[in-house]
Amino acid sequence: MTAPLEAAEPAAVQAAAGPGDERPTHRGTLQYALSKAGGALFSIAMVIIGTFFVFRLLPGDPVRNLAQGRNMTPTQLALERHRLGLDKPLIDQFADFVGKTLRFDLGTSYEYKRPVLDLIGERLGPTLLLAGVGLVIAVSLGLWQGTRAGWRHNSRFDRVSTGISLVLWSVPTFWLGLLLLMVFGVGIGPIPGIFPTRGIESVDAPDGFAYVLDVAAHMVLPCLTLVAVVYAQYLLVMRSSLLEEVSQDYVTVARAKGLRDDEVRRRHAVPNALLPTVTLVFMRIGFIVGGAVTVETIYSWPGLGQLFYEAIRVPDFTLMQGTFMLITVAVILMNTLADVVYRMLDPRVRSA
Amino acid sequence: MSAVATGSVAWSRRRLAFGRFWRDFRQHRGGMAGLVALAVAVVLALVAPLFIDQSVTSVVSGTGVKWSPPSLAEPFGTDESGRSVLLMVWWGSRTSLLIGFLAALLSIVIGMVVGIAAGHFRGWLGATLMRITDWFLVLPSLITAMVLAAILGGSTFTIIVAIGVTTWPTTARLIRSQTLAVEARPYIERSKALGGGHWHITTRHVLPNVAPLLLASTTLEVASAIVTESTLAFLGVSANKTSWGTMLRASYDFGAATQGAWWYIIIPGLCILAVVMAFTLCGRALEAVLNPRLRKAG
Repeated sequence: MTAPLEAAEPAAVQAAAGPGDERPTHRGTLQYALSKAGGALFSIAMVIIGTFFVFRLLPGDPVRNLAQGRNMTPTQLALERHRLGLDKPLIDQFADFVGKTLRFDLGTSYEYKRPVLDLIGERLGPTLLLAGVGLVIAVSLGLWQGTRAGWRHNSRFDRVSTGISLVLWSVPTFWLGLLLLMVFGVGIGPIPGIFPTRGIESVDAPDGFAYVLDVAAHMVLPCLTLVAVVYAQYLLVMRSSLLEEVSQDYVTVARAKGLRDDEVRRRHAVPNALLPTVTLVFMRIGFIVGGAVTVETIYSWPGLGQLFYEAIRVPDFTLMQGTFMLITVAVILMNTLADVVYRMLDPRVRSA
Repeated sequence: MSAVATGSVAWSRRRLAFGRFWRDFRQHRGGMAGLVALAVAVVLALVAPLFIDQSVTSVVSGTGVKWSPPSLAEPFGTDESGRSVLLMVWWGSRTSLLIGFLAALLSIVIGMVVGIAAGHFRGWLGATLMRITDWFLVLPSLITAMVLAAILGGSTFTIIVAIGVTTWPTTARLIRSQTLAVEARPYIERSKALGGGHWHITTRHVLPNVAPLLLASTTLEVASAIVTESTLAFLGVSANKTSWGTMLRASYDFGAATQGAWWYIIIPGLCILAVVMAFTLCGRALEAVLNPRLRKAG
């Protein structure tokens, strides 16, 4: 997907320049972490408030939305409205909503007739498994290839790998998923379908180690799709941030000392180039979430993304609202963590 | 009289700058290829109504055989109701490109206004705008766009709004940092000393300076808006008009993969890929030509 390419490079450059150049205050890391945590709390509060108003004030009567066009008498409508507390003044509704959300009461799904939080809990595991494995593979592949490409700038490897990642960049995630599904799942021409295309396990899933293999086989295609679209950005960012380091004086010094090329790269250039890239891994977690929704939809992976997709399709507004808030809050927390960890890792920023 | 004179000086300088820009841009083979591909795509979309109309997307007008593979009569094969994939892709390009352009425009306009304002007004206004920008920046944009589109109901307009509203913060940040850089220059101080107000400084001095970068980021933004539109359509949030995304959704719903109807999956996807790559190539070439930092790095 195309979205974060434009964002990636300025963000990395900005990170390299360090937040210090905007706020030249001398604050300790702890104080910094606290202020970031405060900012995160503020953002989360904004998400809760925003969610309330977006889901209440935009067109459509919530009760009618819940009823999904089923015929209801005015009495039934009024009763339902009373049950949901929609006959109260807006400010009371808001207080109710905030109170419940803070107690992790996300309401009951209209479609499943079960608490939203329970549904989310069930779906969290598969998503973490898929996104976690995908992320680890994408990051290692991207960093490795990006380092090689950046170090041998304009080599054949550089041109080929940059070209491939630019193409993967432009490919919509879902289309790549469809292609892989068609080629490796269903099979085309002489190629038989090798991998399962739906769900996380077979209907007659065996026990023990065989079960692990079964899940792994189900994970190949979703994971491959996720990695293919995500790793390109790590490659490009790692490459461009290594390019910036290559021309620095300390690299020349390291070479002048007589270090082998490999050592200059491994011990001097890469650790410095790594910082902006690693931050980016966390900063762009929202992008991976978007990718996960798409991938889970295509391969019917029973995760959070598929739950969200189903909520949109029905549409089940309570479920949609709950999953939206949970995903957004998780993304905000990851971003805050990235900010703090980055400051701890980079001495240049710490001393600023 | 003197105003006219300075005006013409400014214009001849701009003409010169444009000539220089065009010379540099032509050096980028990728950028030129992208530009040509884009021109072809846009012209094809614009002239489509002269040859075909809405009826090519109607289920009842499908006269061909269902799932017929590409042949001389149907170069791109037919879909589940016997409609021509070629004609649908052609007609669908109008929706895809329209939404792509308008959503990018909306996103860029919001980003430009917020970015310039945040960079120009120091103090609480700028700080608040930055807070809002950062908040929007962390929101997972695809998820937010899906929620907005689902609540507002699917129409071309809501899809445009949903994409525009969720993608502007990157532009705002870029423009803000550029605005800060421009406003640090001495001629801004001179302009202030001569009595130039906020409006004069932002529109006469800052805007022309950030305009080239805006152009580059618009190009990249259109590419990502087209991908987002197709992704939203695929995930079932669409304007209910034939676009490349809705075609791919249909191919998934009707099991084109299991039917072996590879053309139904590959053709619309290749269209998205081609247009998006063309925009990306153009955008990167523009950036390379216009961004002094990249130019220096070579």
